[in-house]
Amino acid sequence: MNGRGQVTGDREQGGSISSAGAFGSPGRVIFENVSKFYGEVLGVNRVNLSIPSGVTGLVGPNGSGKTTLMNLMTGLIRPSEGRISVLGIPPDRPEELFRKVGYCAQFDSFPKGATGFSFIYNTLRLHGLDDRESVRLTDESLQRVSMTEAAGRKVAGYSKGMRQRIRLAQAIAHHPTVLVLDEPLNGLDPMARAESLELFQALGKQGLHVIISSHILHELDKMSDQVILMSSGYVVAEGQIHSVRTEVKEHPMQILVRCSDPNLLASRVFAQDHVVEAKLNEDGKGVLVRTRDADAFYLLLNHLVVKDNIALETVAPADDDVNSVYQYLIGSENKTI
Amino acid sequence: MTSFAQFRKNVSEQPWELWARQIAAILRMDLRKNFLSSRGIWVYLLAFAPASLIFLHAILDRAGSTSIRTDTEVLAGIFQFFYLRFGIFFGCMGIFTWLFRGEIIEKSLHYYFLAPVKREVLLLGKFAGGVITATVTFCMAITSCFAIMYAHFGQAGQYYVFDGPGMGQLLAYLGITALACIGYGAVFLAFSLLMKNPIVPALLVLAWETFTPVLPTLAQRFSIAYYLKQLCPVSVPAEGLLALFTVVSEPVSTFAAVIGPLVLAAAVLVLACKLVHRLEISYVAE
Repeated sequence: MNGRGQVTGDREQGGSISSAGAFGSPGRVIFENVSKFYGEVLGVNRVNLSIPSGVTGLVGPNGSGKTTLMNLMTGLIRPSEGRISVLGIPPDRPEELFRKVGYCAQFDSFPKGATGFSFIYNTLRLHGLDDRESVRLTDESLQRVSMTEAAGRKVAGYSKGMRQRIRLAQAIAHHPTVLVLDEPLNGLDPMARAESLELFQALGKQGLHVIISSHILHELDKMSDQVILMSSGYVVAEGQIHSVRTEVKEHPMQILVRCSDPNLLASRVFAQDHVVEAKLNEDGKGVLVRTRDADAFYLLLNHLVVKDNIALETVAPADDDVNSVYQYLIGSENKTI
Repeated sequence: MTSFAQFRKNVSEQPWELWARQIAAILRMDLRKNFLSSRGIWVYLLAFAPASLIFLHAILDRAGSTSIRTDTEVLAGIFQFFYLRFGIFFGCMGIFTWLFRGEIIEKSLHYYFLAPVKREVLLLGKFAGGVITATVTFCMAITSCFAIMYAHFGQAGQYYVFDGPGMGQLLAYLGITALACIGYGAVFLAFSLLMKNPIVPALLVLAWETFTPVLPTLAQRFSIAYYLKQLCPVSVPAEGLLALFTVVSEPVSTFAAVIGPLVLAAAVLVLACKLVHRLEISYVAE
């Protein structure tokens, strides 16, 4: 693979990530040939993205450019080359951008002496909101992240997970339509993590753009409608996870078929050219097939079911997830993330 | 539509009310930080050091060996040599370079940048906070010096202040202090956006402010001290190098001397707006 996953098909909400898109499109976050260099050090290089609404996972090892990409789309840093548009707004117009965008950055720092409440409240006052509205939105966002009880305490005394949640509350307090979250699950306990995942998914379903970077791939997999895989400053693949997986030709797709006669199915499919391997599952009730052409395999399976009278229980891709895609595309370069 | 009418229309269409609310929000946060931060203690010490010396002088001089005239000249000297050239100058350096640099060091500037505030409005809000902090601090210090200086003369001192030229002199000192805070504040704010260490530019500005009297008239116009010296209500007899601090070789009208520092500050703030517009968050390098 030359580093790029083709993306096809439409998502339920807003379509899918694509490399091309009308610049300034009001419904998308668009990167057009964007590069960022820190002196001679590469941040990101020649990034072309058009991100629709829904939950988008940003995956890559440390130093791959995830945070740079997020800082670029929120105007904290400026591109060395190229253009960016967030729902039609360039990031160098914060007065317009942050009415629509909330960013939970990775910086674990807060204004000195701030309490959880004052931290969010002061930000809302910066929006130009009056006292009453600021208090209302602050209370609401604190409630959404289950931090109401600790709101009066100083942030300096919070645990890491609480600081993470208070930053999240600040990012969502003004009801943004684009939510950018840099490692939002770091430091959260399992309960808070589950609640946060639920919140992100709910926001994605409401039609928001939720762009999340995370090292926790299986959780990202659960909530992401699409992924952007990054490595060494380059976008390695992008799109719906299934589409990206299909494009990884070097690694045959793994499909687990549970059926009434796994032995027969294994012998039948193994005769096909595109099937690299067919092995019986450990429990003896299924066949794990590795194929270079998933579509051809599914056609064959239909044929066999009718011809040999095999009763199917389940047919499911076994490596059609973020973790597998990540391992195939990036894992060989960076064993850990 | 004429260009002036177009300009007026553009100006009236700007969201002034929103900007005012946002500046008020910035002020509320920054004033608390500026006044109550332990980091600002040295500015208070710097500002009130002469007041404690004058207090000591007032205690030791109970016999009244000095005259009001002499002490008025001493006070003028303290104002011109200490406050204008040292106290306000370095106090402003401490306050204004910390407005953005402090946020960067404490890694909290991004919270301002992630709010829907024009960077220019943010800069002006922070600048206003700095001006209020510096002006209030130094005006209180100078008022203290003034009060202690004349209080120890009893009735005569009271007469000098309320029925003589004293009150006018105090108001002039306070006005000059405010102008100095605006002028030097703008310069140091701009420098803090240009470089991390304010000491080198501060020394360069200090040298410029000191030696402009020997430079051509045009160069003198770009010095804040050039204008402020002319506004001082009491002249201080100075000879030799000290004359550099008091001599005005090409005086301008009082109106020009008031407007001059404001125009300089406005020009520097325009530059600072351009700098803050391009400012990136990169805490790693700090």
